[in-house]
This record gives sequence, C-alpha cells and structure tokens, in this order.
Amino acid sequence: MPEITGYAFPNDIHVTWSLMIVMYPYITGFVAGAFIVTSLYHLFGREEFRPVARLAMATSFAFLLVAGLPLQLHLGHPERGPLVMITPHFTSAMAGFGILYSSYLVVLALEVWFVWREEIIARARRSRGLKRAFYAVAALGTYDTSPEALEIDHRAIKVLAGIGLPMACMLHGYVGFIFGAIKANPWWSTPLMPVIFLLSAAVSGIALLIVLYQLTAKLGSRPVDQQCLSALSRWLWFFLILTITLELLEIIVMAYEKSESWLIISELLASRLQFSYITVQMIVGGLIPLILLAIVVLMNRYLHERVRSTLSTVAALLCLLQVFSMRWNIVVGGQLLSKSLRGLRSPYEPELFGREGVLMAIVLLIIPFVILFVFDRVLGIWRRGEGGGGAQAGSGPAHAARGASHG
Amino acid sequence: MAGRNDALRVIQDCQAPAGGEPAAPTRREFLGDALKLASGAVVFLAGSAGAAGGAQPGKQPDEAYNWDDHLYAYLIDTTKCIGCGSCVRACKVENGVPDGFYRTWVERYLIGMEGSYVDSPNGGMDGFTPVQVGFVANKSFFVPKMCNHCKATPCIQVCPVGASYRTKDGVVMVDDTRCIGCGYCVQACPYGSRFINPATHTASKCTWCYHRITKGLKPACVTVCPTATRQFGDMKREDDPVRKAIEHERVEIMQPHLLTEPQCYYLHLDKEVR
Repeated sequence: MPEITGYAFPNDIHVTWSLMIVMYPYITGFVAGAFIVTSLYHLFGREEFRPVARLAMATSFAFLLVAGLPLQLHLGHPERGPLVMITPHFTSAMAGFGILYSSYLVVLALEVWFVWREEIIARARRSRGLKRAFYAVAALGTYDTSPEALEIDHRAIKVLAGIGLPMACMLHGYVGFIFGAIKANPWWSTPLMPVIFLLSAAVSGIALLIVLYQLTAKLGSRPVDQQCLSALSRWLWFFLILTITLELLEIIVMAYEKSESWLIISELLASRLQFSYITVQMIVGGLIPLILLAIVVLMNRYLHERVRSTLSTVAALLCLLQVFSMRWNIVVGGQLLSKSLRGLRSPYEPELFGREGVLMAIVLLIIPFVILFVFDRVLGIWRRGEGGGGAQAGSGPAHAARGASHG
Repeated sequence: MAGRNDALRVIQDCQAPAGGEPAAPTRREFLGDALKLASGAVVFLAGSAGAAGGAQPGKQPDEAYNWDDHLYAYLIDTTKCIGCGSCVRACKVENGVPDGFYRTWVERYLIGMEGSYVDSPNGGMDGFTPVQVGFVANKSFFVPKMCNHCKATPCIQVCPVGASYRTKDGVVMVDDTRCIGCGYCVQACPYGSRFINPATHTASKCTWCYHRITKGLKPACVTVCPTATRQFGDMKREDDPVRKAIEHERVEIMQPHLLTEPQCYYLHLDKEVR
C-alpha cells in the first residue's frame, strides 16, 4: 500500500497511468522532433542538415511505428483498443489519436517513398530474384528516373513535408493537450502543456539525432560533418532554452498567483519530485546542457572537433534525460497528488516485469533502433559516397532544398 | 445498429441492380462497393461486440420501467452523518466493490483555528476511531462522498469510445463491455469517484444502484443509512422531499468552480470540504 501524507481521496492512491504513459509521449516526441529536423532541410532549405535529413526521416518513421504500442500495452482491454479508431467518441481528446496517428503515418510513409524512390529503383535494377521482386513492388511499377520525374519527386517531397510538419506538431501538441485539458488535475491543467510538450519534443528529437548521427558515423567509419553538428547543437540549444523557459514559467506563474493548488504542488515539487524535477529535469538535464551547448555555440570557432563532438554528445544525452524526466514528472507527478489537494502518495515505482514494466519500456526503446537497422539494410539511410558522388541517390533532396531557398 | 443497416444496404444494392439485365459493375464501382462493405462490416462487428451483454447506452433496462418518467438526484445532510460506515459496507456488498477501492466513502473533518485534519481510514468502512490532533479542534463532522453524477461531466467527455454515458434518468454509468480500460475518465473525474476495477480491468464507479432504483428501490447506501443523512429522490415527482429540499433549501455542490453540474447536493457543507 502506498503511503499517504495529508489526505488523499481513497481512490486517488493508485497510479492508473503507468510507465507506459510516460513512454508514449517520450516516443512520440522523437517522431515530431526528428521530423522537425528533416523539415528544416526539406522545407526551409537549411543545407547544413543535409547529412542527417535522411537519418532524421527514417528515425521519425521508426519511432512512429512503435508510438501506439505503449498505449496498447497500457489498456485494460488491449483487444478493444481498435474501438478508439472504429467507434471514436469525438468529444474525447484521446479519440483524435487514431485519426492523427494514421493520417500522419500515411503522409510520412509517402514522403519516405518519394525520398527513397531512386534508391529503390537502383536496388531493383541491381538485384536478382526475390530481392528484385521486392524492390520492384516497392517501386510501385515505375522505374522512371528521368530529370522530369525526379523534379516531380522533389516537389512531392516538399508538399508532403509541408503537410507533415503541421501534422507532426499536432500529433505531439495533442499529446500535451490530453494532459493540459484535464481540469480536475491542477498539475496538468494549463494551456502551456501542449506547447511545452511540443518544444521538448524538438529537444528530444534533435538530441537523439546528435547522438545517433555521431554513433552511426563512428560505426560506419564515416567523417562527421562538423557544420551539421554545430547546426544541430545550435538548434538544440535554441529549443532547450525555450523549453526550460516555459517549464519554469508554468511554475512561476502558479507560485506568483498563489493559486489554490500551489500549496500542494509546491509540496509535491519539494518532496516527491525533488530528485526527478529539481535535480534531474532542471539542473542535470536543464542547466548543465544549457551551459555545455552555450560553449559549443558561442565558442564554436575555437573548438577542436573532438571537444565539440564530446560536448554536444554529453549535452544531447543529458537533454534526452531531461525530456524523459519531464514526461515522468508530468505523468507520474500528476498522479502523486490527490485531487483532494490535501495529500500526496508515496513515489510510484514501476514493476520490473510485466506488460507495463521497466523491461517492456526498455524493449520499446530498442525496437525503433532495430527498425532503423532494418530500414538501413533494406533502403540504405546513408547515400553512397556521401558528400560528393551518389549522383543518383544523393542529389534528390538537395534539389528540393535549392528550390526552397530560391523560391 | 446504424452499421448493420449500412452493411445490409450495400449488400442489397449489390444484389439488385436497377433494370432487368444485371449490369456488370466496373472495376471502380466494385472496389468502391467493396470498401463500403468492408467498413460497414467493421462497424457492424464493433457493434455486435458491444451488444454482447450488460446495460446499453440508449436502451432501457426493463420494459416495465420508463426512464423518461424519472430524473434522479441525491441529497446529503452533513450534519446528520455519524460516521458509522454502514453505507460503505452496504455498497461493497451490494456492488461487489473490490478491496481497496470505493464507490462511496466517508470523510472525517476536524477543524480548528490553527489547522485542519481530514481522514477516511479504509473509506470509513469500519467506522472511525478517536484521533489525536495537534490543535484545538473546534468543530468536527463527517462528509459522505460518492460519484456526483454530474450533468456536464468530464468523465463522459473524455471517454474515447463512448463507454461512459449518462442515462435519460440522470445516472452516469460505464458500459463495461465497451470500456477499453484506458483510465482517462479516472484522471478526468475531479472527485476521485472512479477507479479501474482490478478484476474486470474496466472503469468502475457508483451507479446509484441502478439495478435497484429501476425497480423502485433506493440505492443500498440510502437504505441502510440510520440517520437519513443520505436521501435519494426523483426531480420529476413534485411531492418528492429531495426535490423540495433542493428547490427551497440552500444547497451546495462539490467544487462548483469546475462547472460539472453535480446532481449530488449537500446541506450544510463546510468551506474546508472539497
């Protein structure tokens, strides 16, 4: 039995939304964050992101494929899960999930297809037998790689990125809305919630790419494009500043207003969430990467490659921790305080095994990387001869970007 | 049922084309119809899964009972409660409420100038033993709590599949053949009245003993209350004492600032109660 300080409503002592509901926004955050990076390249012509544009898109896709799993694992009746899509009750924020998720999946899958179309065709031409049949089917029967066809591809990619970006933002903003629109819970109920979720999604997405880009470069013995790394660090810094500012603002406004709920929330932060909020989310995951990234951004010219790489990697890993602790503090923290506003329950400890346990959470985090690995094997995330050659596979998105910066 | 009709219509349309000679459908038409049929079938299957048993939204519980003739309300006079816990025990027995969860509970308040103390050991089920507090308690009282059966309830609003619903006679219920157990309603209820039943893995809550009230009985908690703290009434009956009290007395509701329009009314509530 959990221990209670003060008075909690007797049904409020259970943490109904478990670790899986922490994982859900964490994973969706990577989807949105990685997509923002690929959009910076495809849509806004940020040439410096070219080396990670394809990786970012594949990452977004890989995480999207597992985004619904934690929800499904959490349900008391997983077999009825599809009812959310088949018979949605539209006044529910949660009913929007099916529509948003599936339409975003379609847009992202289409965009992936257009970006990798040349690669698919090249592979179909290169391979034999079953493999050839697979790529032929994946190419949807058209082997046209004429400049005109490629031009159409580029335009399609731009349009899809244009549709995909607001959808990715909505998909994640909506996750924040699920919490922000619960008036029963003062720790959740703020219009800032979707914005904070969205910005921290960008933080987690960019941070993941910084780590993933350097790691894959090391594994594949490819050089890390320092300009790209600097740019990623710069944007990470920018989004981290925004995120921390808003997260602090939320608290400061509550404290300054001396709202009815502040008494219990201040106690929550000072006792139950002291470690996960103040230490991890604000100091280790917030302040320290803020300083590290400031060094990378402001002293960029003077940094040796290895220093830059180390600083940005450490900062990115801490940012990943920051975003996870933020999800944890919101989801779990909100359930530690009773709606009686008079009591707190003892900290929640997730089970180790079982459907909603720690091991399952780790598996959920590993699956996207397995998908990424398969994706790389099947379609190839890295262009051959990255930087120079790759006449066929590489020039695609660059065209689109040039189009963007010119038009 | 709409799904079933749609599915049937599509089948009939396919079987009986207009005109004597059955015209072969084009590929486009065929694919279109197949798509309609498939989506109809999915909706139909979803409907039949939900229709397997239990109370149904939009369906009356009993033919002899007309829910258009009733609109229930609940009245709690906090000055009368003695904290015996009979109501909590009766509810548990009547509704098979699992241990550690409560469809109704009783809170004890001890309030002084220097502080306040609230508790509800085991939901008040075993009554209350004396307690020592570090301040002079000038007043103390008991407050029975339960689902407020709100008219504008957030729990129904947030249910992603429509498993939570409000009957025409004003009772908020959960269709546990349809509930997916997501727990969103548990989070959305400001009063802590809902929980996920560990046996059924669905949301559970007070139903005002719907199986009793539709037979003309009172909810179990009202029936056993020795002091008439808990009263149950029908707002559609002009001579109903509960309706009269709500109409003429100064009644209060829980957390009025949330605008959920509770149908559980309180007499003589203290400002400390939330």
